[in-house]
Amino acid sequence: MRRRTLLTGIGSTALLATPHIARAQWPGVTADEIKIGHTIPYSGPASAYGVIGHAHTAFFKMLNEQGGVAGRKVNFISLDDGYLPPKTVEQVRRLVEQDGVSFMFSPLGTANNTAIQKYLNQKKIPQLFVATGADKWGNPKDFPWTIGWQPSYRTEAQIYAKYMRKEKPAAKLGVLYQNDDFGKDYLIGLKDALGADYAKFIAKEVSYEITDATIDSQAVTLRESGADVLVTAATPKFAAQMIRKVADMDWKPMHFLSNVSASVGSVIKPAGVEKAVGIITSAYIKDSTDPMWANDPGIKAWREWMNKWMPGADQTDGGYLAAYGLDQTMIQLFKQCGKDLSRENIMHQAGNLQPHDCGVLLPGIQPNTTPTNFHPIRQMQLSKWDGQSWKLFGEIIEGTGA
Amino acid sequence: MNLITSRYFPWVFLVAVAVLPLMFASDYKLFQFTMVVVYAIAVLGLNLLTGYNGQVSLGNGAFYAIGAYVTAIMMDKWDIPYWATIPFSAVICAGVGFLIGLPALRLGGMYLALTTFALAVATPQLLKYKLFDDYTGGVQGIVINKPDAPFGLPLNPDQWLYLFALTVGAILFILATNLVRGRIGRAMRAIRDQPLAAEAMGIDIAMFKTRTFALSAMFTGIAGSLGAITIQFVAPDAFGVPLSLTFFVGMVVGGGASIGGAIMGALFIQFIPNIADEISKAAPGAVYGLILIAFMFLLPGGLASLIRILKRKPA
Repeated sequence: MRRRTLLTGIGSTALLATPHIARAQWPGVTADEIKIGHTIPYSGPASAYGVIGHAHTAFFKMLNEQGGVAGRKVNFISLDDGYLPPKTVEQVRRLVEQDGVSFMFSPLGTANNTAIQKYLNQKKIPQLFVATGADKWGNPKDFPWTIGWQPSYRTEAQIYAKYMRKEKPAAKLGVLYQNDDFGKDYLIGLKDALGADYAKFIAKEVSYEITDATIDSQAVTLRESGADVLVTAATPKFAAQMIRKVADMDWKPMHFLSNVSASVGSVIKPAGVEKAVGIITSAYIKDSTDPMWANDPGIKAWREWMNKWMPGADQTDGGYLAAYGLDQTMIQLFKQCGKDLSRENIMHQAGNLQPHDCGVLLPGIQPNTTPTNFHPIRQMQLSKWDGQSWKLFGEIIEGTGA
Repeated sequence: MNLITSRYFPWVFLVAVAVLPLMFASDYKLFQFTMVVVYAIAVLGLNLLTGYNGQVSLGNGAFYAIGAYVTAIMMDKWDIPYWATIPFSAVICAGVGFLIGLPALRLGGMYLALTTFALAVATPQLLKYKLFDDYTGGVQGIVINKPDAPFGLPLNPDQWLYLFALTVGAILFILATNLVRGRIGRAMRAIRDQPLAAEAMGIDIAMFKTRTFALSAMFTGIAGSLGAITIQFVAPDAFGVPLSLTFFVGMVVGGGASIGGAIMGALFIQFIPNIADEISKAAPGAVYGLILIAFMFLLPGGLASLIRILKRKPA
């Protein structure tokens, strides 16, 4: 008798332990719900990114109120990983194995996404639109279940090289890059775009370590190389130093600056607004604080959405804008999926995204993909510092996004 | 006789934690329990150093990182099986721990805490250093493969890994228990409480302190190895200051100078952040802080003091 009770006990516990997959049509999808997983740092040193998670959550709430996806409500499960890769692994395993999500939507962080990429690809679970600027996410051959969204550093460098080649066919190119994956992505991008001519253009490549105190000697070396075009692939502190040093040496190259360092507050002002005049960077998102977009329909729609769904939020925070833009791509993906919400179809459509308007991206920039090109945004527009603000100029330029 | 106060309790407990999760827990839960074992070993390592020997360390995450990287590099570059990397990581971490223990001799209290804290701050940057880039994979880190169960055992990789970690953990816990119960443990505590008297008794303080440092580093390094195998990924930014502080929290919440406390501290640091995240997305850190403060108020001696309270009651 006792044994029997024990067995029944085990049986019922085992039943409880299995996730209820009743009426599941596809993994993570039932007749009235689709589960989507998400990780982002809500706590810890990178918790400033948490606003992106709040924006996504609000967006899917709105979507549900408007009827959801193919007659289903979205159950958007967003978890805190504190920006720690081991925690990301844990949370993603929870989302996949316990909550049974259909796919992962835009997990944030390069190392964090690296930590889960193999696991998700082995399980054939889409890892959609990862929130990082590294270039390696567009690699459908080795990782067919992973796709990025924002333009990569490599794409950005390709765009600078294309512009340089057109404007200064006899340029002597100098490059300052941070000696890590971020900086090296720029070198690769320049080489992509210039191809065999790279050797002809390049005057000097100089690197710095993130631990260096200053980049003064690198700046001098670059100037002595005779370069008349300078690409500064640097993080904010070093970018500010470079701008100041170049101006102090009275050197006037055509100066491209990595767009992570285009911040007025943390780079241009410390370097000196006058010293930065003429510097070129690139952008793909409209700047909500720039008066030129005040009457733009896309920005207006975004503002209305913010006022209704994120009342009281700081609308100058770029995170909300990027999140909203990405959510438009998600809507496009759902549209293309139609009634088939299987993981295979979701990934198939992610690799065949039709060009679509995201509202908050610069006019003419429309994310799209092909089965061999998993870089949804490959276009950017250049913008020049005029002493007071960044001014967009020229046409939208497309990197190859190889 | 209460089960929990019985001398057989640790063995019953061990068998129960080995068998029950295998029968009932999902792979995801097993993964979490594996991390609890990993953290328990790391917290135990810190407890030997800080709880028993009184040397405050806010930098044990560095040893965890070294252990993790030793295993990851050996598995990735030289295809050495995961289990064979653990002795190497133990020896290397013990060596590093011994060396760091030497200057630590001259520092006491807050100064030692600050020095070890500096170690925690420096670790991620050292791991990114370009000279080691070919081995460490730089910022990108190293992805490693998950081991399958050997000898055709009917276990999936998560189940096997849990048993493997538990076995290593059990050996280390038995080792630590025997150590602190005996002559060495008494010497460690004597140095913590009354260094002058300890020296007068003929205890070689310098030797004990440096060796305790080495021992602590070894435990923490083995935890790092197991952690890397479980997570299947190492990257510099995972091993910063927060990790070291997490171990410290685990030690204090579990109870200083307590072997069983390490397990409870590990349960706390594994599960409480998730609970905090469930309670509030807006401020999980604040919720975690409140829970921590509540614990400190209600159980100032740590969770281990619960057992002591239970033991004091007549059976």
